[in-house]
Amino acid sequence: MSKLTLIIKREYLAKVKNKSFVIMTFLSPIIMVGMIALVVYLAMLNDGDKKTIAVLNEGNYFTEDFYASPSASYVKLSHLSLEEAKDSTERLGYYGLLHIPNGANMEVSAKNAYFFSKESPSDGFLDDLEAVFQNRLKQKRLESLGVSEMDYTAINKDFSIHTSTFEGKKNLKGLNEINAIVGGAFGYLIMMFIIIYGSFVMRSVIEEKTSRVIEVIISSVKPFQLMMGKIIGTSLAGITQFIIWVISASVLFGIVFLAFDLDFMALQNNENLPQAQALKMANSSMTNDIQQYADIFLQIPWLSLFVFFLVYFVLGYLIYSSIYAAIGAAVDNETDTQQFMLPVISPLMLAIYVGFISVFSNPHGPVAVGFSLFPLTSPIVMLMRLSSGIGEGGVPVWQLILSIVLLIATFFAIVWLAAKIYRIGILMYGKKPTYKDLYKWLKY
Amino acid sequence: MNSILAAKGVSKKFGDYTALNNVTLEIPKNCIYGLLGPNGAGKTTLIRIINQIAYPDSGAVYFDGELLKPEHIANIGYLPEERGLYKSMKVGEQALYLAQLKGLSKAEATKRLKYWFDKLDIGDWWNKKVQELSKGMAQKIQFVVTVLHQPKLLIFDEPFSGFDPINANLIKDEILQLKEEGASIIFSTHRMESVEELCEYIALIHQSEKILDGRLSDIKKEYKNNIFNVGLQVAEENGILHKLEETHKIWSPNYLAADQQLEFKIQLPSNDTSALLSYLAEKGKVNHFVETIPSANDIFIQTVNSKTIS
Repeated sequence: MSKLTLIIKREYLAKVKNKSFVIMTFLSPIIMVGMIALVVYLAMLNDGDKKTIAVLNEGNYFTEDFYASPSASYVKLSHLSLEEAKDSTERLGYYGLLHIPNGANMEVSAKNAYFFSKESPSDGFLDDLEAVFQNRLKQKRLESLGVSEMDYTAINKDFSIHTSTFEGKKNLKGLNEINAIVGGAFGYLIMMFIIIYGSFVMRSVIEEKTSRVIEVIISSVKPFQLMMGKIIGTSLAGITQFIIWVISASVLFGIVFLAFDLDFMALQNNENLPQAQALKMANSSMTNDIQQYADIFLQIPWLSLFVFFLVYFVLGYLIYSSIYAAIGAAVDNETDTQQFMLPVISPLMLAIYVGFISVFSNPHGPVAVGFSLFPLTSPIVMLMRLSSGIGEGGVPVWQLILSIVLLIATFFAIVWLAAKIYRIGILMYGKKPTYKDLYKWLKY
Repeated sequence: MNSILAAKGVSKKFGDYTALNNVTLEIPKNCIYGLLGPNGAGKTTLIRIINQIAYPDSGAVYFDGELLKPEHIANIGYLPEERGLYKSMKVGEQALYLAQLKGLSKAEATKRLKYWFDKLDIGDWWNKKVQELSKGMAQKIQFVVTVLHQPKLLIFDEPFSGFDPINANLIKDEILQLKEEGASIIFSTHRMESVEELCEYIALIHQSEKILDGRLSDIKKEYKNNIFNVGLQVAEENGILHKLEETHKIWSPNYLAADQQLEFKIQLPSNDTSALLSYLAEKGKVNHFVETIPSANDIFIQTVNSKTIS
């Protein structure tokens, strides 16, 4: 076995046998899904209690407009004064009292309507209530202009436009937003992976320095071999973790899909059907919100996202972790790393902010393109853009190739510089290095 | 060529600081070679150059007659002064890893490790983590790992630090046995008594330059300055010392009346002792007459002090 393989193996095993790594890897997906489930459950719990509203309608308008909905039910009160009605509403423990006084006409009656409640009602509830009035008033006003109730209903029918790319691939509304969110999530994941695994490398270098094992090792292997072995071994641990996450996430999502009883095959077949038929099917599925979202979800190029996640993670990680390795070699303990961290973290943070602001609004605009080519930010920004696919409507192939080529070139340059600092730094003890020292080491 | 290692005009600079300046030395095969020098003299830099951790700016190093190249690493065992092990790794796993890095196969490394662990009676440490071991225990493991691949050249930098006297002796015996088995050993230390005990040859490095090297016994002869310890049995002192002081330098004279013994140190102009001996024999009975031989410690201090550039 070559020495590099030996080092990679040791670094990989040292990482994956670590207890905290094992816990992180297997527990994180469960914790994530659990958290989401908990948030959804709590939100449902919050809105779940059905409100009972007492209605005191003293006039002749709006008599048939308040009927039970999933969130509220209405109890009609009659032959009571307003004060009596308030009292009984409170005594019965109802959520509130809607008072519609008698008026000369519907407009006046509506204008003087009041809602009484113990606590101030939520905006959502008021919107619903207002919508009932508005709907009826609008109808009344149109009626006075000679529009019948049936015509009004017909006019009010929702309209949504069908969209398509030039090649006939059906676009769905909301796809861009969902793309942006998924891309953002992947970009963020890459940043987290680079920072987490980069600091793993740094800590491992510092450990070798403080435990003084370093000189024993480099009397057998070249410092460059040790550095590369460490970086590669740690990145393999990262890839292992990512793959475990992808698999367990797919399994968990599978369970969710089964729970919602969605027809996977029907959804996937959509793409292969002739256009007209696909549109028809899409139309019919519009009735089902969940199905629609699932459809969008499946349109995201997951496979290429995963593949390019690995490509950009590996390249971005190689660049950043060699910088981390050089920092680890230069210092004696972790507290001394602070002064060098800012320049490392800055491009990553910049990439995230640029990504969230400009990639969200215009994924293929000049700023987004620029940052997705610049090697220190491209792993994050390019991945955010990639959620809209490759080729037409997505990232042009030449940009993808150019950004990868630039990344590889940068990798070689950075590794060459980092190895020089590393080689000197690992044998330097006791002195807190400055940037000037690092520059000097480059010339040794 | 009879040398295992030869350095020819080796120089190394770090920025403006000269760590080694034109150092030339030759280490004969199958001997223990003491590499001495004050702190910061450049010993570690020289050792690192031999281990190809650092590279000389100029000059060359030859290993067994060949220009030093990466493959020679498998024939060198190095126990650095700053040494340690991975704390969270198990002893056996770690020893195997380090041995494999030196080019041993896993099976061969396992076999030899078992042998050494049994020999040093540390077999039950195999599955312990290094952080559970004491410093001395960890040092033993490091010693084993250093010699495991049976290198032709062994370099020990302060090998006894961290050992209690019993274990230090144990390691010393192992070092001597390795020499018996044909290894050449570079031994770097500040403990002069172990230099005296172990080293056949020494080199002294001071302020980046080699200022002295050669066979220890030859160096001692060279550093002898004809000083003799004398014990003379006489009934009375009778101005013997006074007479001698006219022509010679005398130190620490002492007359023990009870034993009728006169003791002193005397320096002669040459190592011709016959005149003095016959004079003394006239006066009384010579109980002892011994030439003082400088210790390695004396030579170290004397040479370093005389060569220090102030």
